[in-house]
Amino acid sequence: MTALLDIKNLHVSVGEKEILKGVDLTVQPGEVHAVMGPNGTGKSTLAYLLAGREGYEVTEGTVTFLGQDLLALEPNERACLGVFLAFQYPVEIPGVAGTTFLKTALNAVRKYRGEGELDAMQFLKHVRAKAKALDVSDEMLRRPLNVGFSGGEKKRNEVLQMAVLEPALAVLDETDSGLDIDALKVVADGVNAMRSPERGMLIITHYQRLLDYIIPDHVHVLINGRVAASGGKELAHELEAKGYAQFADAAAA
Amino acid sequence: MAATAKTIAQVKSVGDKYKYGFVTDIDLDFAPKGLSEDIVRFISAKKDEPEWLLEWRLKAYRHWLEMPEPKWAKVSFPPIDYQGAFYYAAPKSKDDRPKSLDEIDPKLLETYAKLGIPLKEQEMLAGVAVDAVFDSVSVATTYKGKLEEQGIIFCSISEAVREHPELVRKYLGSVVPYGDNKHACLNSAVYTDGSFVYIPKGVRCPMELSTYFRINAENTGQFERTLIIADEGSYVSYLEGCTAPMRDENQLHAAVVELIALDDAEIKYSTVQNWYPGDEEGKGGIYNFVTKRGACRGRNSKISWTQVETGSAITWKYPSCILEGDNSVGEFYSVAITNNRQQADTGTKMIHIGKNTRSTIIAKGIAAGRSDSTYRGQVKILPKAEGARNYTQCDSLLIGGDCGAHTVPYIESRNPSARVEHEATTSKISDDQMFYCRQRGLSDEEAVALIVNGFCREVLQQLPMEFAVEAQKLVGISLEGSVG
Repeated sequence: MTALLDIKNLHVSVGEKEILKGVDLTVQPGEVHAVMGPNGTGKSTLAYLLAGREGYEVTEGTVTFLGQDLLALEPNERACLGVFLAFQYPVEIPGVAGTTFLKTALNAVRKYRGEGELDAMQFLKHVRAKAKALDVSDEMLRRPLNVGFSGGEKKRNEVLQMAVLEPALAVLDETDSGLDIDALKVVADGVNAMRSPERGMLIITHYQRLLDYIIPDHVHVLINGRVAASGGKELAHELEAKGYAQFADAAAA
Repeated sequence: MAATAKTIAQVKSVGDKYKYGFVTDIDLDFAPKGLSEDIVRFISAKKDEPEWLLEWRLKAYRHWLEMPEPKWAKVSFPPIDYQGAFYYAAPKSKDDRPKSLDEIDPKLLETYAKLGIPLKEQEMLAGVAVDAVFDSVSVATTYKGKLEEQGIIFCSISEAVREHPELVRKYLGSVVPYGDNKHACLNSAVYTDGSFVYIPKGVRCPMELSTYFRINAENTGQFERTLIIADEGSYVSYLEGCTAPMRDENQLHAAVVELIALDDAEIKYSTVQNWYPGDEEGKGGIYNFVTKRGACRGRNSKISWTQVETGSAITWKYPSCILEGDNSVGEFYSVAITNNRQQADTGTKMIHIGKNTRSTIIAKGIAAGRSDSTYRGQVKILPKAEGARNYTQCDSLLIGGDCGAHTVPYIESRNPSARVEHEATTSKISDDQMFYCRQRGLSDEEAVALIVNGFCREVLQQLPMEFAVEAQKLVGISLEGSVG
């Protein structure tokens, strides 16, 4: 079976500084992986690199997505092929209504995949039910994207975009940060509703808290640019109890 | 694709970006090349004009000879060769004007079809009456009957001179006098045609009135003259949109638009301007030197200008409002987009004369490539304008590091009770915004189009529905090739 995402010996530098120092990670379709680790260990770098953000230089290693060389593709090509990044800090786009943004994105993706573009009515039908499940009101959809949104609103909006775009691989970068417990549940429910035998997820988080609601199949501990340990969901609980220090020594070795 | 191959492909594709660049082959009836009193007389004679109008043209021509060119705008171009241009061109069948669209040259109709202008039955569905100007003579006017029932006059200005001389004589040049500026002066001397609208007392015009302009003969200056009068308590919304075929030589386009709103009347004037901007190196393209001005003569009258300026090599344009009537309102909503080597110096003047007059200015300038975009605006409060208010907001958006955006507001208040506010911002499209959009599947160009449309939203939403859709597309097309 072709892996959904296959990362091999990945080294990434930002400027002069090497951030990722040989990461190996494989996500099969249907699997949910959690990547945990303290601040500054390269979690967000991994997320941005997968999405194709500029400024991250791969010095060694490969990343394949459904057998394709992901690193050779433009960010929008990756998105159209089904790589989705839920941003830790979603960007404000003044004057662009949420619905307009969603419709433009959905139609860009559909066009790339050779599917027909949706008209306004079809689009609204597609979005309404999903918005409702995530507690995103019509009023919120009409507002300029992320402008003046609370932390919770921004994150729900990210998950809504994910639900509408139906990616093959969803990368969630600290989606739990800045959420109170109620918002966390709504977001987690939205993510769980998207679990499917075809879809893979990479959940990047600092805390174990989110993983009480989104139960991962695999947990990886990223420390100092390397995967210091991998295991099942119980690894997350172990981390919660003992902290990251136990792995720090191993990673430094 | 490798970076170099991509650049080459992009540069190549820019060449055929101007999708309206085609020339229709129709025999033209030219006036001899150059400008002289004889040419002015020739134009006037061609149009069978009354003596007073010829005299007015001649006065303008003599004044024009003496007048210096306005030099204060932030634009640069070589001196204009006025003697190297033609000043009159008409479609062949001028003696035998078509009675219906069936008689119109099919090639002309084809041209309109390519531009997506709704003629014939589509007009009924769109609810648009089109006074299509092909070169200099109006060849098609529709919906006239329906408008006439309400006493609305919507015709070419030449026809208005014949049929309604008293109205034309009373108002022509009353807002923009022939000596106003060099370009308006030239227009007064040699204007060939344009539109005339009169809305009678208390009538609300039941449809948007629309004129599409199109320059079609090489080397033919285009001198449109538009006069719109809204009588007491009336309302009209007027749309002007234009595209031009591709060519290499610069073309002078010096139009004049005059609006007059009497007591309680309202005029809404919307423009989408998409004249040929020249190529990536600035070769060719239209010089768009336009004088547009509205007079709120009556109490509680209102004039609202909305413009989306994406075309022309040089835009020199300041749609203005003279707020004479007490409580009158002037509005100016503008989007000006420049790319490659385009230059735009555009803005407005709000002259507050009457009591409690109010004006709003929202101007959005977007500059890309090596272009230059200037907002130039004047807000003037005269001593008797008790309680006058103005709000001005100028936002500039820069794309890339080689373009320029400038804001030049002139504010003059001579009444202590007046309140004038001016806000200005300059910003760039951030890398974060671009990446966010691209991560959702948008190409560079789609991302820029979306972000810029958002930036212009307040202005675009002032446009009538069908125009707004066209304008949104135009925003994207205008900025193609500006990133990546």
